[in-house]
Order: sequence, then C-alpha cells, then structure tokens
Amino acid sequence: MTRIRPNYEDRVSAEKPEETIYERWVGGLLRYIDEEKNMRIGVYVCHCGGNISEVVDVKKVAALMGEQADVTLARDYEHMCSEAGQKIVLDDIAEHNLDRIVIAACSPQFHEKTFRATLVKAGLNPYMLEIANIREQCSWPHFDYPDYATLKAKDLTNIAVAKVRLDEPLGSKAIPIGKRVLVIGGGIAGIQASLDLGDAGFQVYLVEKEPSIGGKMAQLSRTFPTEDCSACILSPKMADVPANSNITMLTNSEVVSINGYVGNFEATIHEKPRYVDVDKCVTCRVCEEKCPVKVPDEFQEGMKNRKAIYVPFDFAVPYRHLIDESVCLRLTKGGEVCGLCQKVCPHDAVDFNQQPRTHEIVVDTIIVATGYDVFDARLKKAYGFGKYENVINGLQMERIISCDAEGKPLRDIGKRIAFIQCVGSRDEQVGNEYCSRICCMYATKLSQLLKRADPSREVYVFYTDLRSFGKGFEEYYKRAQDTGVKFVRGRPAELTEDRKTKKITIKVEDTLSRQMLESEFDLVVLSTGMVPSQGTESISKILRLNKSPDGFLREAHPKFKPVDTLQEGVFVAGTVQGPKDIPDTVAQASAAASRAIRLMNQGELEAEPITAQINEDLCGACGTCVSVCPYDALKLVEKEEKKVAECNEVLCKGCGSCAGACPTGAAQQKHFKTTMIRAMLDAALGVDATPGKEA
Amino acid sequence: MNNDDNYGNNVPQIVAFCCNWCSYAGADAAGTSRLQTKPHFRIIRTMCSSRVEPDLIMEAFRKGAWGVLILGCHPGDCHYKNGNYKTDRRIRLLRKTLAQFGIEPERLRLDWVSASEGARFTRIVDETIEAVQKLGPLNLAVPCEVIHE
Repeated sequence: MTRIRPNYEDRVSAEKPEETIYERWVGGLLRYIDEEKNMRIGVYVCHCGGNISEVVDVKKVAALMGEQADVTLARDYEHMCSEAGQKIVLDDIAEHNLDRIVIAACSPQFHEKTFRATLVKAGLNPYMLEIANIREQCSWPHFDYPDYATLKAKDLTNIAVAKVRLDEPLGSKAIPIGKRVLVIGGGIAGIQASLDLGDAGFQVYLVEKEPSIGGKMAQLSRTFPTEDCSACILSPKMADVPANSNITMLTNSEVVSINGYVGNFEATIHEKPRYVDVDKCVTCRVCEEKCPVKVPDEFQEGMKNRKAIYVPFDFAVPYRHLIDESVCLRLTKGGEVCGLCQKVCPHDAVDFNQQPRTHEIVVDTIIVATGYDVFDARLKKAYGFGKYENVINGLQMERIISCDAEGKPLRDIGKRIAFIQCVGSRDEQVGNEYCSRICCMYATKLSQLLKRADPSREVYVFYTDLRSFGKGFEEYYKRAQDTGVKFVRGRPAELTEDRKTKKITIKVEDTLSRQMLESEFDLVVLSTGMVPSQGTESISKILRLNKSPDGFLREAHPKFKPVDTLQEGVFVAGTVQGPKDIPDTVAQASAAASRAIRLMNQGELEAEPITAQINEDLCGACGTCVSVCPYDALKLVEKEEKKVAECNEVLCKGCGSCAGACPTGAAQQKHFKTTMIRAMLDAALGVDATPGKEA
Repeated sequence: MNNDDNYGNNVPQIVAFCCNWCSYAGADAAGTSRLQTKPHFRIIRTMCSSRVEPDLIMEAFRKGAWGVLILGCHPGDCHYKNGNYKTDRRIRLLRKTLAQFGIEPERLRLDWVSASEGARFTRIVDETIEAVQKLGPLNLAVPCEVIHE
C-alpha cells in the first residue's frame, strides 16, 4: 500500500553523478526532485478547539495547501490529536494511498510522537511526518495580527510540506539498557525513589552531599495536617536505605560530572573524607565531648552549637561521627595541633589522613531529587531577618518546637507570636512570582502547636491569601481557628524593633476590616518559601536540564510527563521541579521510579535515528567532522584504499555539528539534510520551489 | 514568505534558525505566554545551532531574506555540550565576511534564548525586525550567481 521513494541522494548520484558536488554550491537542488514520480502528501490543519481557528482562518489555509504540488488532500479538523482526528489520518492513508503527512497544529514538542505512532499504525515510516507549529508560533503570539497570522500559518505549513517532500524513511538500532539507577539527592524524594527501585530489584546508587540522608524533612517538627512526628515517620525509611542490599548509599558525596546517554551514563562522584572510619566508630560520643571547637549547628538552623567532630543529628543515617574539615584545628592548621578526638577515641576510628575518594559509576537512568533551599529572608530587608534577634524563619520555628518537645528548648518563645506569610513567595520585589505551596499550611500547623502547648499565648498569622487546597487541609485550618489562632488578612510592610526590649512591632492593614493595626510581638516567624537549591543549579548544568522561569527544573510536559525531562532517561522528583509538600513529593518520587523502571524493563531502547551519515564519495578525510563531534562518534577509517570518515550511530546523538562544519557536504544529518533545510528556506522565503520549476 | 502584509506595505522577511532544545522551546514559551510579536519571521528548526552552516545563511540572503537570526542555547547550556560555542565562532567569522558581499553585518544576529525565556525571544525578534526594517530590503552588491561561481 505504501510507497517509499528511493533515497534522493542515491538517485541523484545515479542519474547525474557529475552534478552532485556542483549542486551543493549552486543551491538549485530541487530541480531534479520527483520529476517523474508523484508524491501523495496529506495536509491536516487543526483548529485546536479554537486556539488556532479563532485567529487563523484554518479553512483558508487548508484550501491553499490543497493547491500545492504533490498535496493529494488537505483538510481542517477540530482536534487532530484526538482519536477521531487520528482516525481521519489513518483512513485517508488507506483510501488515498498517502505516503507522507503534514500536521499543522501545536508545537512538535506535544504531538510529534503521537502522530509518528499514527503513521506506524498505518504502515508508514514514522519519519515521513512533519508538524507545522501554527499554535505556539503563530496563532498565540500573533493574535494582534489576524490577517497576517493566516498568511503565516500558510507559510509555516508550506515549509513543512517542502520538508516532507524530501523526508526519508529512517530506522534505528536497538541499544541495550540495564538496571542501574543513579539517584541524586537523599531527601525524602531520593529516599522514596531509591527504596521503590531497590525493592523492585534495580541497582541504585543514592548520592547525598550532606553527611546524612534525610534532607529537609528530617528537620521538621510535625507534618501537616495529620501532625505525625516528622522524625518518627522518616527515620524508619532512612534506616531502610542502607538495609536494602540493592542500594549503595554515598553520603558526603557530590556528583561532579556525568557523560553519556540513557543506558550508559558515566558519572563521576567525589566523596569527601569523613576523617572517621565508619566501620570502627560506634558513635560513643567521647570524642565530641573533648573537642574544643564550637560552631553553629546547621541542623538546628544555627540556634545551637555543635563540635568540629559531630554526628549530624540523632537519627542520622549513617549514624556515625565525622569531622568538619573547615573548622577542625588539626585539619585547618596541620601538624600535631589538637588531635584530642584521636587520643580519646576508644576504637581508634579517627583518621586525619583520610583522602577524598572518587567513584566512577555507569548507570542506565538518573533521578534528580536535589530539593530546595529555604528563601534567604535577609533579601526581604523590611523584615529585618538576621538583624533583629526576635525575627526567625519557618524552619527555625520547626526546630524550636521539635527541641521543646524533647525537653531541650533552643530559645525563649514568649507569649505573643506572629507569623508573616509569603516571605519570598508571591513577591515580585524579590523576583519570586510563584506560590511556595507549603507556607500556609506549615504556619497553620506551627501556630496551633504553639497555641495548644500554651493556651495563654496569643498567636497571629498575617496572610495574603490562605491556601488550604490539599486533602484535609481546609479542616485543619478550621481547627487552627478553633484553637484560637488569629488569622489576619494583610501583608505587613515593615517591622520595627524596640531597642531595649527587643520586641517587634508590626504595622499592617487588615484588608478585610480595612483597619490599620499596630501591635507588639515577642517573636515574629517569617513563613519563608522555597527557592531552587544550589545543588539544583549545579546538576542542571551537569546534565544540561532546562529550567522553568522560576528557576526550578522543567518537566517534559506539565500534564502528561510531570517527572520526565527532555533528556531521555533523566527524571525529576520532589521540590527540584517546583514547590510541593511531602505527600506530593513522595508521589512524584514513586512516579519517577516507575517511569525509570518502565524504561529499564524494556531491556533495549531505540537509538536516536537522527544521526550523522557520511557520503564516502564526497568525503576528503579532512577530519573536520572528527574534531567538532562532541561525542567522539566520528573517526577516520581506511576503506577500500581510501581514507574516509565513519559515524558510529550508537554514539551519535544527532546534533549535526559535523554537517554544519563539513566543507564538502559529505557529512549530512539524517532528517535535517542540507537539501531539506534549503527546501525549507525556499518555502520560507517564498521562492517557488515547486518540483519541476527552476529554483 | 509574503512580502506584502495585506495592507500594501513592504514588510521585512526574516529567517530564524532555532535549535530544538532551547530557542525553539523559547519561541513556544513566548506563544504559550501569549506574548505578541511582529509576525514577519519564519522559524526553521534544527537540532542544534551548530548545524547551521554559513552556506545556508548566505543562501537565505541570496533568496531574499532581509535578515537572519541564529538562536541557540545559552553558553554552557548546549544540549550537545558545546555546539553553541562552535556557532559563535562561525558567526563571528561570517559577519566579518558579510560586508564584502554588500550585506550589512547587522542583518545577521546570533543570540541565546533558553526554553523558559519567552519574553527574551520576543524582544530579540522584535528588535531584529525593527533593525532590519530600518535597513530595508537587501540589495546585493554582486549578483549571487556570480558569487557562487
């Protein structure tokens, strides 16, 4: 039923061998195409339920396209991507013997794969398809110019027709894929993904840059809205990680480079020395008592001190000491300074000569779960964070409540406490337009925990909008109100500190009653939002992942591929992709694990079919392509007494650098051959490139 | 591309080569955010900006483009490691050559647009259209056929 045109270049060299090189320079390539053979192209213009048709006259576009040479039929339809739309294509291919298809619709990002599958169903090669992007790149950005938009839509479709005329069937090689996964980030997202994968029998490497896994969740007091103790529900999961024989846990380690591709990612991981032998250390804490160096404890958000040799926190995994090399006297000053910990250690576990280690691992897929950082409230100058001692952030309040519960209070709380919402979120002044999604509920949680612990306290929450959208959230908010927490709608403009009492005065307009309020508080908690973590920044560079305008990593599709990225085999989980709470994070982590399993369980993958290809007759073995190839896919080989370049199609990722650099036109990129780009140029510039006519 | 904007005015024709991963997605982002741009440009998608050989740019000018835009990923962000650096070097050289062909170097612009920078894409396109409009249609000093031979 289907007819596939013979390779154009084969035909050119067969019929006009002496023309081949000449043609490249003259640019008159289209002259010889299909003089004797008619193609049968089907063009489909989508309305996209009004998204396109309200701006572009789709019927006119279809009618104009129907007049183009080689176009057998052109139609417009409400929703081309729907099953009914695809059926029209399938039926037309069967009935009219179409051999190539143009869909004028949304960006190829969305439905190129859908329609490629449709072509396969119809028995055509999936690469005999072109998408004209007339929604994102025509009807949406040009509704101010409706007349011109129709013209442009026609042109864009015409460009696609010019390209599809030259498209060639492509096949691809299968590349094997194993069962090894690298999970970057050991917060709750990374832990959940690792456990899911480990339980399913996949080999997992979990890399965490801090000395313990657990992430931000380990610091929380309780979790909303159920008020489970965060440590109590997290610590069993943390303990499961080293207990799982399929998981290799690398803490105090950072990924420094990743090369390769899905099925063969080569990762280099640097493990910082702990200076304590984890096999010998039994965490007896004798060393800690003797250590003379005191520094602010990161886990307690700087509100308490720790020693230079320390255990990150009470339920750390691994639960072993380490030495902070940036503050330890011996490690900073060298020689025989201090060394008390080594002297007192009953198990001889301290080793100042430990060296950094480098791990080289090869994995098939990667899950990125590098989490978030708390917004630096110092950037919101009017609130005096870091300047006023009674202004703290949300995570500090979490620690205060946790330690109170353990009977080891970190600081005095006082009787009058205020929460200020949306600090670093929904605030264009600090450059964060987005909502951090957790602050409303954690303030609701913290405020009622404080109130319940001591009902004589007065707790206020100053909010912009109170967003209690999750399961059980609205009920929880109601309970907070019933407990006696006062919610005031208003965003304080400025905080002032009384120099003597150190109390903080908040001036705010209650926007519901339209009254100005002024009140003094013992403690002000800034409900700080989430910002992309520094780890996210570096990993996005290492893996070349795209970011959304908010700086969080961008998913492949906001609705249907929420945990995929545009890098095949790389998935995202948790707050690295955007602010979210614990249940959403865990759900996403399991989703990422299952997406990775889906890929790896196939056993083999289709290699990128759009690779480089060398015309050996034209190749002069100059080696330019070899030097520009970023993947070492090209090399010069001896062939039939002639030196030529050769492409390894498994290594080639299809960037086309070689084709762009080749001085003779021997190196070509499949699906983006020079002839094809020229045909598109002709169509774009209105040069009449109809087959049979002079270019 | 139609030289006539339907109102009888002569409008510029610009060809924009966009790489698949950043700038093409950036153009999509501009559309998704409904940022309005002047429509007098046509995007040609390539996988990487380094695919665009100087020949293709010259060909676009020869066939009547008023201007050519090459848009790639930001330095360091290339999906293919370093394609955009190659493009950068190539375009610098080409720009030096353009004057010899009677083409104002301002007609060729290389810039970087990431997948999230819809507003930046819109700004670059509008600026280019404006700049090229000032220059008017391209008058080649020497007929291109001669250049080619």
